[in-house]
Amino acid sequence: MEQKEKLLEIKDLRVYFEIAPSRMAKAVDGVSFHLNRGETVALVGESGSGKSVTSLSIMKLLSIPPGKIVSGSIELEGKDLLRLSEKEMRKVRGDDIAMIFQEPMTSLDPVFKIGDQIMESIIHHQRISKKEAKERALELLKLVGIANPEKVIKEYPHQLSGGMRQRVMIAIAMSNNPKVLIADEPTTALDVTVQSQILKLMLKMQDTFNSSILLITHDMGVVAETADRVLVMYAGQIVEEAEVKEVFLNPQHPYTKALLKTMPSLENNVRRLLSIPGNVPPSHQFPKGCRFADRCEFAMDICRDSAPELESVSEGHHVRCYIPFKKGGEAVDKEQRSVTKSF
Amino acid sequence: MTKNKEVLLKVSKLKTYFPVKTNKFGKKPVLKAVDDISLFVYKGETLGIVGESGSGKSTLGRTILKLVEPTEGEIIFEGEPIQEQKGSKLQQTRNQMQMIFQDPFGSLNPRMRIEKIIEEPIKMHTNLSKIERKARVRELIGKVGLSEEALKKFPHEFSGGQRQRIGIARALAINPKFIIADEPVSALDVSIQSQVLNLMMDLQDEFRLTYLFISHDLSVIKHISDRIAVMYLGRIVEMGTKDALYENPLHPYTKALLSAIPVVNFEKKREEIEITGELPSPVDPPIGCAFHTRCPFAMDRCRHERPQLKNRNEAQQVACFLYEDSEVNKESSILEV
Repeated sequence: MEQKEKLLEIKDLRVYFEIAPSRMAKAVDGVSFHLNRGETVALVGESGSGKSVTSLSIMKLLSIPPGKIVSGSIELEGKDLLRLSEKEMRKVRGDDIAMIFQEPMTSLDPVFKIGDQIMESIIHHQRISKKEAKERALELLKLVGIANPEKVIKEYPHQLSGGMRQRVMIAIAMSNNPKVLIADEPTTALDVTVQSQILKLMLKMQDTFNSSILLITHDMGVVAETADRVLVMYAGQIVEEAEVKEVFLNPQHPYTKALLKTMPSLENNVRRLLSIPGNVPPSHQFPKGCRFADRCEFAMDICRDSAPELESVSEGHHVRCYIPFKKGGEAVDKEQRSVTKSF
Repeated sequence: MTKNKEVLLKVSKLKTYFPVKTNKFGKKPVLKAVDDISLFVYKGETLGIVGESGSGKSTLGRTILKLVEPTEGEIIFEGEPIQEQKGSKLQQTRNQMQMIFQDPFGSLNPRMRIEKIIEEPIKMHTNLSKIERKARVRELIGKVGLSEEALKKFPHEFSGGQRQRIGIARALAINPKFIIADEPVSALDVSIQSQVLNLMMDLQDEFRLTYLFISHDLSVIKHISDRIAVMYLGRIVEMGTKDALYENPLHPYTKALLSAIPVVNFEKKREEIEITGELPSPVDPPIGCAFHTRCPFAMDRCRHERPQLKNRNEAQQVACFLYEDSEVNKESSILEV
């Protein structure tokens, strides 16, 4: 993972939805990040933060209208996906970038057999015979840990459990050795024991194919165990970006800190959980200042007047907040520590 | 909270079977959703029921409320068996027990204003006058942390967390003693989850409520419960106080469940008990211990004989042969290392 080669780079992506004439919901509002080869990046945020819209934009799967990519670029190995025609894009999907969705129940076609669904994606992208495709399908199913692939390829999705279906989805996603795998809440619908199996499988597949993973999740435990780097999204923007350890051990943005403390965890034994008061501002009327200011316990006047930019605090650690820059970092840190202790 | 050990609810040998469509001549398979469960709930405590999907935890909750008819067994609420109750007697008992549902979107009537939603149970089950009812509704909405303006709105105008608060207000409307909360925070974002959990704990203190809290999320269960029962395929495999269960899980399934939770810990790699495969079908559950098909410690005995839930120490009960006699005990302690 040392060779840091940018595989996918997203620059200033803005995706708006027209919810009423001349009223725009800014689902994704100026998001920039990149994915190195072989790296796992977690995109974290609550519902409505724009993380799924970001991933759908990368795949160009957004319905336009009502969605609209207002600005930005999505470059895969230097090629801007937003400029590709639908026909060219279809080659990219599955071949270069594959996606696993949250709902293993609905993302497989109920009227086709598992085998046919895997073979379809292989035949679409590779020039091989049906027989070879079938062999490849069996191989893939074995690879994702399905014990009796010969039986499973003849079955329909409803005959499989949620965990099995997600394994099949992973098999389909990996069928053409994609460079990037986008996993949108891949384990949210699964039970914990199955979740840990699926996460391990994803990491194993990543090793096998040397692909990059963009993991979209709201579960910080999953992030800690799988990701190399973390992007925290709030109200359509990235508010913090850092290496995984840095995010957990030295979070800078008040939202990240709060997010880490709101989780009921197995380790701490507090009677009351910290909760973030209020709700995410609606995406059609963001305040002009910091979007988190109304829920932030450290909010200052400047936070409500002007919006902070994403700035670097240390190597590879970026934060969209005035606090680490405005006052002496040390002083603020102490002050915050005493505040957080009181919870 | 469990100091004062007064039993509010006692369930013994409860079975809830559902008939499944007959596939072969004559043979009528049944789905054993709840398969011989006995438990106590003490007054003022929170008993957490944890298990994976398909373990029967929701059916257990529904059976206790008699929303589903039990096939066999006793449900004793405040000393009175309720499984035989009917009509107005059952209604009286039910007024003491309320339910909070998982889906804050599906459990509120979209065409009723919040005021009416909360008022409805009061109107149905008490003799309060209209003015008294309105006052009660206003009091309740304040208790769950919403403003009185909310009363004039419709459910779609609220976020998931706010709707869950409304669901809680409705459940509290007629002063129940016992609340069954079926995955009440599973559909909510983490930051909202904690608000609702805090609210539920505050209300418990204020009204001395007893909760049966059903969830698949071990962290949430740990946070809110005093005692916890772990369910697997319609059976309780382990039950104990929160501290005992999390510090010293006994049943291999509990261990596997706890070790599967992703945790934020960069220093020490946790020991992991991996279980393979998935939950077998409750229509034809394995003979013997239900977990033996996935258990790394399964012995011959587990395949024939069903282990009973037995006291292991003051704080824990477990249904596992590993803890049956001392000889096996030594073996198992080696396995644990």
